[in-house]
Amino acid sequence: MSNQLLWYTTRGAGAVSLVLLSAVVVLGLLARMRFETHGWPRFLSAAVHGDLALMTLVFLLLHIVTAVVDPFTHLGLVAALVPFGSYYRTFWLGLGTIAFELLIAIVVTSLLRRHIGARVWRAIHWLAYASWPVAVLHGIGTGTDKTALWMIVIDVVCVAAVAGALIWRLYAAPADPLADERRVAAERASFGTGR
Amino acid sequence: MSIALLAGPPPAQGMERRAEHQHRLGALPLRQPSLIDSIERSGLRGKGGAGFPVATKWRSVASQRAGTPVVLANGGEGEPLSRKDRMLMEQRPHLVIDGAVLAADTVGADEIVLYVGADHTGAIQAMLRALSERPATERARLRLVSAPVRYVSGEETAAVHFINAGIALPTSIPPRPFERGIDGRPTLVQNVETLAHVALIARFGDEWFRSLGAGTASGSTLVTVGGAVPQTVLIEIPQGLALSEAVNAAGGITSDSDAVLLGGYFGGWVESTTAWGLPLDADSLRQLGYSLGCGVIAVLPSGRCGVVETARILAYLAHESARQCGPCTFGLRAISAAAGRVAGLTATHGDLEHIQRWAGLLKGRGACRHPDGAAGLLASALRVFADEFMIHYDHRRCSITNVAAAAS
Amino acid sequence: MSDRVALGIDRIKCDGHGVCADLVPEIIELDDWGYPIIRAGAIPASVLPHARRAISGCPTLALRLQALNARR
Repeated sequence: MSNQLLWYTTRGAGAVSLVLLSAVVVLGLLARMRFETHGWPRFLSAAVHGDLALMTLVFLLLHIVTAVVDPFTHLGLVAALVPFGSYYRTFWLGLGTIAFELLIAIVVTSLLRRHIGARVWRAIHWLAYASWPVAVLHGIGTGTDKTALWMIVIDVVCVAAVAGALIWRLYAAPADPLADERRVAAERASFGTGR
Repeated sequence: MSIALLAGPPPAQGMERRAEHQHRLGALPLRQPSLIDSIERSGLRGKGGAGFPVATKWRSVASQRAGTPVVLANGGEGEPLSRKDRMLMEQRPHLVIDGAVLAADTVGADEIVLYVGADHTGAIQAMLRALSERPATERARLRLVSAPVRYVSGEETAAVHFINAGIALPTSIPPRPFERGIDGRPTLVQNVETLAHVALIARFGDEWFRSLGAGTASGSTLVTVGGAVPQTVLIEIPQGLALSEAVNAAGGITSDSDAVLLGGYFGGWVESTTAWGLPLDADSLRQLGYSLGCGVIAVLPSGRCGVVETARILAYLAHESARQCGPCTFGLRAISAAAGRVAGLTATHGDLEHIQRWAGLLKGRGACRHPDGAAGLLASALRVFADEFMIHYDHRRCSITNVAAAAS
Repeated sequence: MSDRVALGIDRIKCDGHGVCADLVPEIIELDDWGYPIIRAGAIPASVLPHARRAISGCPTLALRLQALNARR
């Protein structure tokens, strides 16, 4: 009975993590695009983005711990921490491990942002664009419920939301009004080949 | 007029070679323990435009602990109306290099960069030839770097950034170059004219330097006089000389004039009646609310409209913005567009009010002082040409050139 | 005697996101182009926590606390 609970918790927490992570990515893109409406000031996108990222980690830890602790899965800590370290569905599980570790890196560096500087932080934050699809593939590849209708609906909605936000980011005008200006001025102030 | 820096062979003979330089002035007195004190007593201030006390700057660099200092002799001269730096390097390169070597000697620098505008080919050639005439021990530490000539490329952090990264644009402070500059080392950025003065103070002393000035002012200074004069000339004057005397030394005015641009694009307009009597001494001018800047004096000829000239300068300053800071990039652009409309007799309603409001948003809101300079120039124009601005704006007419806008 | 600190800004890093003006409107407002105008002087003690939030919330880390009258 408790094993059933663990098993259902693993799957449920996994699904919730996916939904939360997708919301995190969408909000991150909204912040990047400086989205705002009368009722949604700019700072909210980044603030909720950060809060939801922490919540994602909580559910992710729940998902991982219940999976490892569950005696029927035969998953050890190695599977949880070493990508492709499990014998069970090695590849798809490994993707999950990778996504988890990318997220840890992103969250830790964000909490320490003031100490590592904006440039290093931004470089690592780009890993977010890798962690989300890896997480989605992990779910599709190894998720127990991957053929269940409710899971498919969740997958489709998450992918659509992130894809939509990404398309907006790629095709809308740059949010930074000085983006092109800086390049022009730097060209004029140099001899083109740098040092 | 050639008092000190420009004393010696006339410019027609080209640069002064080292043999003549040594013969005329004597050997370079290195390893003076009290040179900084002497410079302090002389009252020498930087000639790059900011007018910072030279001794203080040298002490700041010498007292840094983070690395061996570097000296950057700044001959960037981005101010279009100024000629002094390039001509000084063309005619007296050894004076400049002497000063740079003395600076390096004093602050403990092991490297000297001579920073020259790439377009100023005469100066580059003279400096390179002078470099080849220096002793080997100096040549080992000296190198010439030519940089793009832009308005901001002579700013001290821009010069350092060009050496470090190949882009002559200002960087944010802190840290200032004297703390961390070239290769992260304490860097003394000093204008080439300042270094030339040092080369003479080291030989002849601070009392000699002080005696060059008129009245209580000390030293001599280079000024570029242009506009309503026979031709744009570089002259050396005793500090404290009346502006009218300097203009006379430059050949006198060729037409009536209502206003003088003092200090270049970074300075400001002064009504001529006031300008003629101004003492050309950095300290006195600062107390009176003016600025000698890099020593540019441009006399507005009769028949030229101050509003139109100001709009032209603002357009140039907007174009020359480093485009790194929003308030400068967009503020100057908006001000320049509106000023252009007012000058061109096509002002739209609110243009003048917008100009004044936007001008108030420039001071201190950029990484460097470019927007501050533009704001200062604009404020002086609005004051000196107040009537003409109103005629352009309200009546769409220029009373100087007698042009009127077509009735719409 | 309270610590008197002011809000410093790196104008090159600032990209005009405007998050700071949302978080501490008491001392920051935005100009016509979305860039911050910071009220000069010490940050009032009551507003300091919000200023700290603005500093950590700035997407480009352009804001910092600095000693009052620090040379720019």
